[in-house]
This record gives sequence, structure tokens and C-alpha cells, in this order.
Amino acid sequence: MSAVEQEDNSNQNRRITWEGCSVLLDINDGDRLVFSRLTAGSIVKIGNKNYPLRPLIGCPFGSLFQVENGANGPSLARITSTAEDNNAEDKKECDIKEESRDNRALIDNNTAQTLTGEDIEGMRRQGASGNAIVEALIANSATFENKTSFSQEKYRLKKQKKYAPKVLLRRPFARSICDTYFKKYPARIGFLRVDTLSLLLSFANVSAHSDVLVVDMIGGLITGAVAERLGGTGYVCNTYRGDSPYSIEIVRIFNFNDEINKRIVRLSLDELCNNGDMKEDEVMLQSANDSNVDNPSSNVLESLSLEGGSMEASKVYKAAKPGEKAPQDAIRSWKENGFSSLIIAAPDVDAWSIVKEVLPFLSFSAPFVIYHQYLQPLATCMHNLQVEKMAIGLQITEPWLREYQVLPSRTHPHMQMSACGGYILSGTKICNEKSTTTTQ
Amino acid sequence: MLPTDPMKKLSFKRHISDGDLVIVYEKHDNMKAVKVSEKSVLENRFGVFKHSDWIGKPFGCKVSSHKGGFVYLLAPTPELWTLVLSHRTQILYIADISFVVMYLELIPGCVVLESGTGSGSLTTSLARAIAPTGHVYTFDFHEQRAIAAREDFEKTGLSDLVSVGVRDIQGEGFPKDLVGRADAVFLDLPQPWLAIPSAGEMLKEDGVLCSFSPCIEQVQRSSETLASNSFTDIRTFEVLLRTYEVREAKMDQCQTQTQTEEGTPGARPFKRKQRASEASNWQADNSGSPSVMARPSGEAKGHTGYLTFARLKCIA
Ligand SMILES: C[S@@+](CC[C@H](N)C(=O)[O-])C[C@H]1O[C@@H](n2cnc3c(N)ncnc32)[C@H](O)[C@@H]1O
Repeated sequence: MSAVEQEDNSNQNRRITWEGCSVLLDINDGDRLVFSRLTAGSIVKIGNKNYPLRPLIGCPFGSLFQVENGANGPSLARITSTAEDNNAEDKKECDIKEESRDNRALIDNNTAQTLTGEDIEGMRRQGASGNAIVEALIANSATFENKTSFSQEKYRLKKQKKYAPKVLLRRPFARSICDTYFKKYPARIGFLRVDTLSLLLSFANVSAHSDVLVVDMIGGLITGAVAERLGGTGYVCNTYRGDSPYSIEIVRIFNFNDEINKRIVRLSLDELCNNGDMKEDEVMLQSANDSNVDNPSSNVLESLSLEGGSMEASKVYKAAKPGEKAPQDAIRSWKENGFSSLIIAAPDVDAWSIVKEVLPFLSFSAPFVIYHQYLQPLATCMHNLQVEKMAIGLQITEPWLREYQVLPSRTHPHMQMSACGGYILSGTKICNEKSTTTTQ
Repeated sequence: MLPTDPMKKLSFKRHISDGDLVIVYEKHDNMKAVKVSEKSVLENRFGVFKHSDWIGKPFGCKVSSHKGGFVYLLAPTPELWTLVLSHRTQILYIADISFVVMYLELIPGCVVLESGTGSGSLTTSLARAIAPTGHVYTFDFHEQRAIAAREDFEKTGLSDLVSVGVRDIQGEGFPKDLVGRADAVFLDLPQPWLAIPSAGEMLKEDGVLCSFSPCIEQVQRSSETLASNSFTDIRTFEVLLRTYEVREAKMDQCQTQTQTEEGTPGARPFKRKQRASEASNWQADNSGSPSVMARPSGEAKGHTGYLTFARLKCIA
């Protein structure tokens, strides 16, 4: 392996943030998730205050920050000691020991708290930390002592979120990006759940050096997830009908280096089908593309932020480096040898009508996989593939995912779960007379 | 199995040659891994297949036996391998495997530690995810299994990506030369909590650990140990797959017209009889067009294990 490639790979796996890097901010333990870009001027709004993100630059992913009200206004400061955590653990200990209290004597009214809003504001002005305010609130709560430890914990957490919010700095990975979108804007990713996405990548045998054909009509999530696994090798080629490629906006949230971005390409189905070389269309698209390249990258922040629906405003597809037209030599090679696998995620297009067009571009023995939110289109597609003898190992699967709360004496499945992760049709293309004629 | 050599990446185009590993596909639930050897034959219920007939054909092709029976020859993938490998232990299947690889955030170049190796079902997918520049260090305290796994990785062409060590991970922990080098750690051990402190030493900050355990008591204990060993974001999941059967059938049509005729008062005094005759009318009319229907397959895995994930805290 050449030294250059080594470097690129470690680059892709950077564990410390840098100026201009894309991050996921997890505010108050998943209560709010915000994609942002770390620049000198970027901010995050928590409650009614704006916090500059500059202190986050150069910190390791996984760092935790708390708010501080310093002389220069509100700021985020990295939590460096473990004292607090030890505290939390002590509290868990008591959980098990003294669970003899119950809620029978608890009366919930507003007289329980003796600290007024003014008192709290006063504490703040004197520079009291968020945690000190939380402790004061607990000390001045008439009912706290009588609550069960479970309710005490809940009370503390609620106050802590309000007066001492925490920001966790997370790496945008296929995992966290899919989870975040699924939680906040599921429709934009075609309701693709993370376990389903993980299955798509497996069924399509996505690995370094492979050439993966995708029909990604869910914002670029598939494209990005595939590119992440390619690590700057092979290609992920997004094919589309008509003149304009589908948006791959989500790709920008991944911190892809140039090497990886170059491996994310597009090619219209017409060009793929066409034997000669396309001239006019090509030129047209190329120039449309170029005119967008010089958009200031600071605009990217806008399109990255999932907060406040700013996504809609920046719907316009700004072609940066990922998603250029596939290079000629790659196209030639695909036409000759076929793609190594195929992934389709097209919520509004009939599965069979896509498959029958793109399957001929796969190599023999190449696996393919189709995601759909509904079962019926996949059932029909599977039936047709069987009748046409185009593939074997055909299977429709429905993933199911359940999370558990695991706590001493209180372990149980989460009350809420996503009931639909969609359906997956997978199979392997075979070499029969029909398919032979189309690829040769 | 993996195109670690970019020159071989379009291996599907490459024709089957002597020494290749192929997956012989009879039916979706009947496959077998075979090393192609010029002079060998494959014998199954369809007859005798000569390997020499396979050489030069493309992967994905259909080949016939002397009796005219046929099978397909597929290029191996980690998914197919999981279905054909020899079970020396319980193994992980695609649902758990896929979720583990995604949640461990494995990408090319990562270093991942695994114990126990078992039959190497998961290992194969870990290797695919970290290829071409990463590495999997996998450990099992059972020497025969470690040797068999090594042979398998040789067969599937993964030996450059995977190192198999014989070691009691619960008793001794992971080897010290891996301290601080792991992007991810995966445990499939009877008492994972014994290996967690060592796993914590191996991981880089913010690195992810996953422990697979069939029993909730194991999960309970692992989660407590994780919390007291500087891990955070401790979450437990269960993943399952339901498969569907698809069939095309003509369904009998319910004719409203016939029904009203039948419904004439007095014509049919007995309700029972009336119903029977309606039914026969429905059956008689099969003019409807065939439709494709799907239903869940009769049997499915109801439980495999719990997957507990955690991240090593990042403390300045
Ligand atoms: C269920 S199997 C793992 C299967 C594997 N995940 C797969 O997908 O093929 C568990 C393995 O852990 C090994 N094992 C049990 N205790 C161990 C220990 N203390 N140290 C290392 N390996 C151990 C066993 O020998 C067995 O092979």
C-alpha cells in the first residue's frame, strides 16, 4: 500500500475536529441533534442563547461540553474531570439499595419549589454554574426527599437539561447520520432505518475496490454510506433518469476527503445504455455543474443544519466535488465488465421498472438489493425476476429492531419502537441466455 | 473473496479458474463452498459434476451434471460464506452482523479486535469492512477452532487482513501490544464483563465496543461493568429478520350479481344451504387476473442475542 493511500485513510478516520469539519451536536443526551460545520463564526443556539462553536475546533470527537456564563458572554467549555460522572454512579448505587419509598405521599403543586425565577437569575448573575443552580433547586424542593430515587433522578435530569445543558461532539458517520435523519426527518431518507441501511450494505457486498451502482432517491444517504465503506477506492455511481441527477445533499455531512469524493460519481441511465459517447448532454450537464462549484463553502453550513427547517430553503442542488460525472475510463470499464453490485432506494418509482433496466449492467454473480417502504412493489418485482430467470437467491426480508433499557432491576424493552423499517429484496444476478446478450 | 487487489476488482468478469473458491448453489437453502480443482468432481443428488467443465465459465453461470441436473456457480461473498461455512460453534447471521459493523463505525483502515473467533462468521464481515488497509485481530482460547479459522481465512483469501490468536481473553485480556490501537472491539464470550476492562485499555478514545450475549443476565452484568469502566452511551438492541414468501395466484371473484339473485326471499329457506351455494358460485368464477401475494414465512428466528454497544469516554 502506498504511503499516500495510508494517509488518506487515516485522514478519513480523523478523531480530532478541524476547522471546517462537519459535526453532529448531541444536545442533552439526544434531546436535540444538530449537524453543523465548525468555523470561526458558526454558532449553536441552546435555549435563548447563542454559543460560538469555535471552542470545539481541535477537540476529539466524543468530547462533552457544558455551558458557561463567563465575562465574554455564554460559551461552551469542555468537561475535563470525571468527578461528575463518579457522582452519577454513586447515585445509581443508591437506586438499588433503598428502593423502599414510593409515590403515595407525593403531592404535586407549585409550592414545592421555594426558589423563584428571580433567585435563579441572581445566582446566575453572580456566576453560579448550571450545576450549582440544579443543586440549589434540589435543596429548595420540599418534595425531593420524598420522591422515589427514580423520580429524583428524573427531576435532577430535567433541571440539569434546562440550567446546565450538555453538548456532545459526535462524528458524522453513516450510523449517526441515518439515526439522526430517521429521528428528525424520516421522510427525507425514505424512512430508511439504520438497521435496514446496514443490511443494504451487506447484501450488496459493499467493500473496498468495488464498483457499486446505486439508484439513490433518498437524498444521498445510500451514496454516502457506500462511499464511506469504499474509503477512496472503487466507485459509487449514482444513476438517474432524465437530465438532472438526484440530490445527494446528505453526502456533504460526511467528512469525506477529496479521495473519497472523487469516487462518488453520477451517470444518467441514458448514457449508461448508450453505446456511443454522448456529446451534447454531457457538455450541458458539465457546465451546469461548473457554474455551481464556486459557491462559497460557508453556505454548506446552511444546508447541513437540520434545525429550523433551513433545509428547505437550500434545496437547490449545489454540486461540489462529490457527484461529478463518471470519468470515461470508468464508464468504459463498467460497460465491459459490469458493476460489482447494485442498491436501489427509490420510494416513488416502481421497483421492477428500475431493476429490469439496470440489472443488465451488473456483472454475473453480482448481488443486488432493493429497499422499499412497502411490501407489494417488491413482491411483484421478485415474482418478475423469478419468471424472467434473471436472478437467484431471491428473498424479501423485513428488519426488526428493538432497543432495551438496561438498569438494575428495571430492564425492559423501550416503550416505543419503530414498527416499520421497510422491506428489502435481495438476490444474485445469474448468467442466462437473456442477460448474456445484453452485457456482451 | 474480497477484491483487495484493485487489479482483480472486477473479478466477476474473470472466468472461473483452477483453484478458485466457488459457491455451488442448488437452492437458496442448499449451498456449498467448493475449491475448484481440475481433476475433482462434485457429486450431489443431481448427479456428478466435473470441475474441469467449470473452468473458463463466468461466475454466475449454470452448469450441468452428467445426468442433466444443474447448479449455479457463484462468486463467494461474506453473506454466502456465512451460509456455507462449517459450524464449529454457534455463529452470527446477517442481521446481527450488519448491525454490528454499522454500529462499530467500521471503515477502511480501522483496527478491530474480536473474541471469540468461533467459526469466523462475523470475522469475515469485519475484514470486508476494514479492507484494504485495516486489520482484524481475533482471539479464541480453543486451539483447534483457531487453527480451523486460520485455514478458512486462507481459503477465502482474507489472511492478510485477519490475524488469529490463541488466547484466553476473559482470563488474560487482549495482548498488551494492542493497547490504545483499537477503533472497535467485539465480544462474543460467555462472561464478557471479564474482558471489558481490557477492551477499554485497547480502545482509542471514543472507540466503540459491542458485546453479543444471548441472555439478559449477561447483558445486565456487562452494562454495569461498562458503566464503571469509563464507557458511555451504553445501549442494548435486539435485531431480527422476517422473511416473506411470494406467490402468484388467481383468486376467485365474489360476484355481487349472483348474490342478489340468491338472496331472493323464499327461494332458499335454509341459511346454511344458502351460504354453501354462494360459496360454490364464488369458486366457479375464476375470471379474475392473477395477483402476486406475500406473507411471512412460517418459521423465523425469534431470538439470537442482545447487542450491547458502548463508547469509550473521551476525557481530556
Ligand atoms: C459463539 S462462538 C463465537 C462465534 C462467532 N461470533 C461467529 O460468528 O462465528 C464463542 C467462541 O468464544 C470462545 N471463547 C469462550 N471463552 C473464551 C475465552 N475466555 N477466551 C477466548 N475465547 C473464548 C469459544 O471457544 C467459542 O469459539
